[in-house]
Amino acid sequence: MSERTAGVGSLVEEVFREERGRLLAALVRRFGDLDLAEDVAADAVEAALVRWPVDGVPPRPGAWLMTTARRKAVDRLRRDQVYAARLALMQVEADRSGPATPTDTDGDLPDERLQLFFTCAHPALAAQDRAALILRCIGGLTTDEVARAFLVAPATMAKRIVRVKAKIREARIPFRTPEAEELHRRLPGVLQVVYSIFTEGYAASSGPELQRVDLAEEAIRLARILRRLLPAEREIAGLLAQLLLIHARRAARSGPDGEIVLLEDQDRGRWDRAMIEEGQALVVFALTGGPPGPYAVQAAIAALHDEAADVATTDWPQIVALYDVLLALTPSPVVALNRAVAVAMRDGPLTGLALLDELSGEPLLRGYHPYAAARADLLRLLGRFSEAAAAYRAAIALAGSEPERSHLRRRLADVHMRSPRS
Amino acid sequence: MKYMLLIHSAAVGESTDVPDEDLFNAWVSYDKAVKDAGIWVSGHSLADLTTATTVRVDPTGERIVTDGPFAETREVLGGYYVIDVPDLDVALDWAARCPGARRGGSVVVRPVAEFEA
Repeated sequence: MSERTAGVGSLVEEVFREERGRLLAALVRRFGDLDLAEDVAADAVEAALVRWPVDGVPPRPGAWLMTTARRKAVDRLRRDQVYAARLALMQVEADRSGPATPTDTDGDLPDERLQLFFTCAHPALAAQDRAALILRCIGGLTTDEVARAFLVAPATMAKRIVRVKAKIREARIPFRTPEAEELHRRLPGVLQVVYSIFTEGYAASSGPELQRVDLAEEAIRLARILRRLLPAEREIAGLLAQLLLIHARRAARSGPDGEIVLLEDQDRGRWDRAMIEEGQALVVFALTGGPPGPYAVQAAIAALHDEAADVATTDWPQIVALYDVLLALTPSPVVALNRAVAVAMRDGPLTGLALLDELSGEPLLRGYHPYAAARADLLRLLGRFSEAAAAYRAAIALAGSEPERSHLRRRLADVHMRSPRS
Repeated sequence: MKYMLLIHSAAVGESTDVPDEDLFNAWVSYDKAVKDAGIWVSGHSLADLTTATTVRVDPTGERIVTDGPFAETREVLGGYYVIDVPDLDVALDWAARCPGARRGGSVVVRPVAEFEA
């Protein structure tokens, strides 16, 4: 009996994790209130944990949860008339007189998550709050999990989420999918949030671990949801492709003690071939049918790395050409930095270093450790060891994660050893 | 839902490359658009900041009147609209159309608090 209960319990958890975003979006759509939607969604899951071990899992668990949650909402609005007055009570009442048995609800839950994406990624919200809210509302993470993901105290994260939900409610940020033109204006903002979640997981900006795989995988899951919701959008395919093509290297990216393994030293046999193939197919789609967007171009660059047998045989001329395209689409010092590194691989370290030195005045790169580290690497390759050491020291001072710092320290020790002075 | 659009213009005297007449016309047509849309609740343009006077009352109840404030930041509150629109997205659209959002100016959009009786 206890075994069966545990089995149903984990099934409920699984169903809930999959359905939570959908359930929440549908409830927000119905009631126009994120707090109410979250509360009754939680109530519905509690009810499922009680009912399902006794009655068995219903044939359409999502629909069961939705109907149960709607009833809880109606009960709550009946009790709290002031609250109810703010919402569309008549609509709720109409719903109450609807189908009595949960399984009567027709088909699957309607997928309203796209509007929730646009609300959570609204430009009127602070960038860090957008990511937290998307993980919480669409990713189905608990507040504690979101707090862990961003390395903040759970109470801090809880406060942030309360504050951002209050802004959505008080400033009346709408729950709606923008019309075609506005959708294309705002979609990059949504993709940016998913990408920022991935990069936070890929290279934790601080803390002891280099990678936080759960966050990277969460970003991939979100990108997959977006891809299903808007299958014609090539930039979504481009984003998903880029994430897959980078994440495919995760096993080779760090050594047994968590230390960084650079692209040039990675055991490419440990790259995830299935993930690379999926990414490659998406890149083709993202690049086809008109000028490519920035995510498609970045995915194409990642694909070229993934397809090469080693660094020496990587198609660097093609990668430089793609960085030229990217630089035209999204001019930024960071893209220029990456392009300079690719040029160094194509034409040699001296040419690359000249390009890096041209960027030395960029304020954005001054505090950016990859810039100092790239300079240091090229100086080391040129045998200019004391200059390299200075650049490594600058990079160490700027690096956020411990594995990155220890990698740079090893490089620093290496150039010290080779420096003629010592 | 009522929103106040607080229009912060670039400080007085800052040169713009737009002739005064064009700017004036832009304001006239924006004002007309707001009123034609049926969303206008109130709105005023404020006189120059150099005419402002500040009043404070200290803990003893004494009134302290001072000249100013003077612009310490580059932008100065130059006027406002209160509009009644369905949601923030619509309010942001109207803010973006406002001539005050251009040429170094900005428009701050704030929901008007509503208290239930």
